[in-house]
Amino acid sequence: MKPESPANLSEFQVSAFKFHPFSYDSSFQPMSSFIIRRLALSVVLLFIISIISFFIVTLTPGSPYPWGELNPKISKEVKETFRKKFHLDRPLPEQYAFIMRDLFTGNLRSIKDDRPVMARILERLPATLALNFSSILISLAFGTLLGVTAARHAGGWQDVSGSLAAIVFIALPGFWISYLIAIVLVNEFHVPILGTQSYGIDFPNAAAAILDRLWHLLVPATVLALGGIAVQSRYLRATMIESLREDYIRTARAKGLSEEIVLYKHALRNSIRPILAGIGMLLPAMISGSVVIETIFAYPGIGRLSYEAVLERDYPTLVAMNFFVAALILLGNLISDLLYAAVDPRVRLE
Amino acid sequence: MLKIENLQIGFQNSSGITPALKGVSLQLGRGETLAIVGESGSGKSVTALAITRLLPTPPAVYEGGRIEFEGRDLLKVSDAELRRVRGGKIAYIFQEPSTSLNPVYTIRSQIAEMIQLHRPDVKPDRRSLDAEIIHWLDAVGIQNPATRLNDYPHQFSGGMQQRVMIAMALSARPDLLIADEPTTALDVTIQAQILNKLRELQSELGMAVLLITHNFAIIRGLAKHVAVMYRGEVVEYGETDQVLRAPEHPYTQALISCIPRLGDRRRRLPTISDFATIK
Amino acid sequence: MTTLAITPHSKESEIPVSRILRRYWAHPVARISTFVILFFLLSAGGTALLGAFHQNWPCDPDQTHLEQKLLPPSLHHLLGTDNLGRDVLSRMLHGATISLSVGLIAVAVSLGIGLVVGAIAGYFGGWMDQILMRAVDALLCFPTFFIILSVVAILGPSLINIVIVIGLVSWTGAARLVRGEFLTLRETEYVKGARVLGQNSWQIITRHILPNAAAPILVTAIISIPDAILTEATLSILGFGVQPPQATWGNIIADGKTYLLDAWWLILFPGLAILIATLSLYLAGDSLRKAAESRS
Repeated sequence: MKPESPANLSEFQVSAFKFHPFSYDSSFQPMSSFIIRRLALSVVLLFIISIISFFIVTLTPGSPYPWGELNPKISKEVKETFRKKFHLDRPLPEQYAFIMRDLFTGNLRSIKDDRPVMARILERLPATLALNFSSILISLAFGTLLGVTAARHAGGWQDVSGSLAAIVFIALPGFWISYLIAIVLVNEFHVPILGTQSYGIDFPNAAAAILDRLWHLLVPATVLALGGIAVQSRYLRATMIESLREDYIRTARAKGLSEEIVLYKHALRNSIRPILAGIGMLLPAMISGSVVIETIFAYPGIGRLSYEAVLERDYPTLVAMNFFVAALILLGNLISDLLYAAVDPRVRLE
Repeated sequence: MLKIENLQIGFQNSSGITPALKGVSLQLGRGETLAIVGESGSGKSVTALAITRLLPTPPAVYEGGRIEFEGRDLLKVSDAELRRVRGGKIAYIFQEPSTSLNPVYTIRSQIAEMIQLHRPDVKPDRRSLDAEIIHWLDAVGIQNPATRLNDYPHQFSGGMQQRVMIAMALSARPDLLIADEPTTALDVTIQAQILNKLRELQSELGMAVLLITHNFAIIRGLAKHVAVMYRGEVVEYGETDQVLRAPEHPYTQALISCIPRLGDRRRRLPTISDFATIK
Repeated sequence: MTTLAITPHSKESEIPVSRILRRYWAHPVARISTFVILFFLLSAGGTALLGAFHQNWPCDPDQTHLEQKLLPPSLHHLLGTDNLGRDVLSRMLHGATISLSVGLIAVAVSLGIGLVVGAIAGYFGGWMDQILMRAVDALLCFPTFFIILSVVAILGPSLINIVIVIGLVSWTGAARLVRGEFLTLRETEYVKGARVLGQNSWQIITRHILPNAAAPILVTAIISIPDAILTEATLSILGFGVQPPQATWGNIIADGKTYLLDAWWLILFPGLAILIATLSLYLAGDSLRKAAESRS
């Protein structure tokens, strides 16, 4: 899985990396005006997202029938009803309006089983959230550890090997490593890894059952996190090296503090920018990567749902999925931007 | 108490090692004040930082010498022992107080950190710590210290920031305070206040002070002994009054004659070449 | 009257391109990566050419030998055979052509779009910039793979479709970069001078701004190729890549995944090829970026 390169960050996140280590000025910009501006922007973006989602599915040349146009077995009447039901005979803007209305009222129904799309999405959502949150946590935790270590021994073997490892992780095809892990774990260790839990096994107690679920969660989460660890550690390393050059680090050492405290308490707190920006950065990439990872590990999340919808040519689900995921990511970015502004007052000027 | 013998330090760059200290020897007794005077690049800050090995050792290279403190050679002690000395026995204040304090932590937390680390006699609960912190803030002359505990460094003026640094350094009750150009970045009027405060506290606490400065004018009345450094060597060393009255080394002579005096009618300040030829 | 001193030719008056190339070549990492990339390109190109003349080089990649199916690597079949008895090494060589061309063409498309959008936004600024950048922000919210998968599934998986869709979705990075470059370069003295001289926008862009922005744009292009290759491979895994019997690296893995536990060579080697190609491209692009940025 390859996370977005810096060129793909929102401008906001890019500027996050350009700020120098803190120097507050005493005029704290009001948080409220920033929130309002940011929310307004989000609404506009959401609208654009809905249009894009709609067009992706509808404008693409391809038969809107789930079964072939020329399939003689399906009678004309059935096709007509189908067309009417999904408003395919109306002009495009009306189709858009219909779909949006249905989407927001929860009436949008999947072609496959006529259940509301939102229901399908929501039942898979917890699994996806669990997967992506764990993945982000793993990325941040290990990325921070590696980044700080690389900065601490800048130029040394820890740093050079860290950079090399980072590039390899970014280049690693997610599906490849997933398959290889599957081969090794199943063949050599006979460990089940598919799905969210091992079926057909009675667990002696609740703890074992939880551990089993955790195991099933962690393997795909770690694969997803590899790219994130790499990116996170590199950004943090750069910021930490800058912070470590500051005078207050010398003061901290002069106070007799251990190097660990100097690094993790004094320097890290000033280098928190990549960590916060990282959350907003990692989310789209992870959801993107989760499609294939979830499919490989048979993990019942949103990624896999979209794959199934594609296989079934379930257009309403596809529109809803694209929109929903994009909206989710928009929300994630919004939260991380707000968190960011809460920490650094200068950002509110934007 | 502190004895530096023949300290040699160099800095490594792509073309080899440049010598910074070429054999510096000094000493300081309990409760005494020694000033190290010299121009930029003379090696005075390097000397000060070298004492507790604060120089980052990729570029810096310790090539020889001894730093004897309370019977041990600081260049050879273990890291753990060094950390005990740093702050607890030898404390520092630096030139730029605005960047020497961590901007994201309150002054309360930064001073508390020092106290918790080096003052086992202060109980670790919040009230005792705060009381101790307030005591020191008051001692350095900060008004209404109790109200300023939760302020951040940037909320203080330059002079106040330096006072906070002094409070932080002294709160550990060190035996030696190393002040590296403590007033260079401050207004002249504040300089006098800070220096007086420093002198006051020193006599109260009976602590030794190593004062680094390029300004000859301020050491009078503050330091009993002075070492003049030039290009990595101590070129003159003795009692301040003696040196000021009758400097022996041409460099010292040049420095002293540069001190502006009321009624001074010279238009051109003398340089060292007026006193000696440079090789 | 002062006389002008004429400075003799020095290294400083080298054209920037050769200076950048010289610095690039100084890194051993860059050299290795370039050789690896050339190796891939040559073997892919060579196979394509030879394949046009001699159908079966080194072994016919499409010829099935069911009695030889799923053989592990051996002297006869260096990388083993797949489930239909086809030689994996041949398939990989022939597949290299496709995988690499997908990478190159998709990046060309996305760069084309990104260049135009970025240039307009960066050069003209104002409301055009705002609108375009909002659109970019919105597009960035999408997990790109979702879109690519949806559209390719609807359009039908073919080489052209895949390449176009990848290009249509990934232009945002290039647009951002180009816009940034144009914004900065627009304010430079020589552009202002050109405007005073009366050159129109087109001339200014092509003669002044583009050459100076060329290096970062090239770097972005190189770094984007691996993404495209990976995307195509991922699409293949899911069944929506270039369809068999045409071989691509992703295809071989896709066909092999059913025999995952028994025939590890079907997964390992194509994936390794992807990894090495990707790694070399990243490292080369990174070295190029460092060479273009540093002032030595």
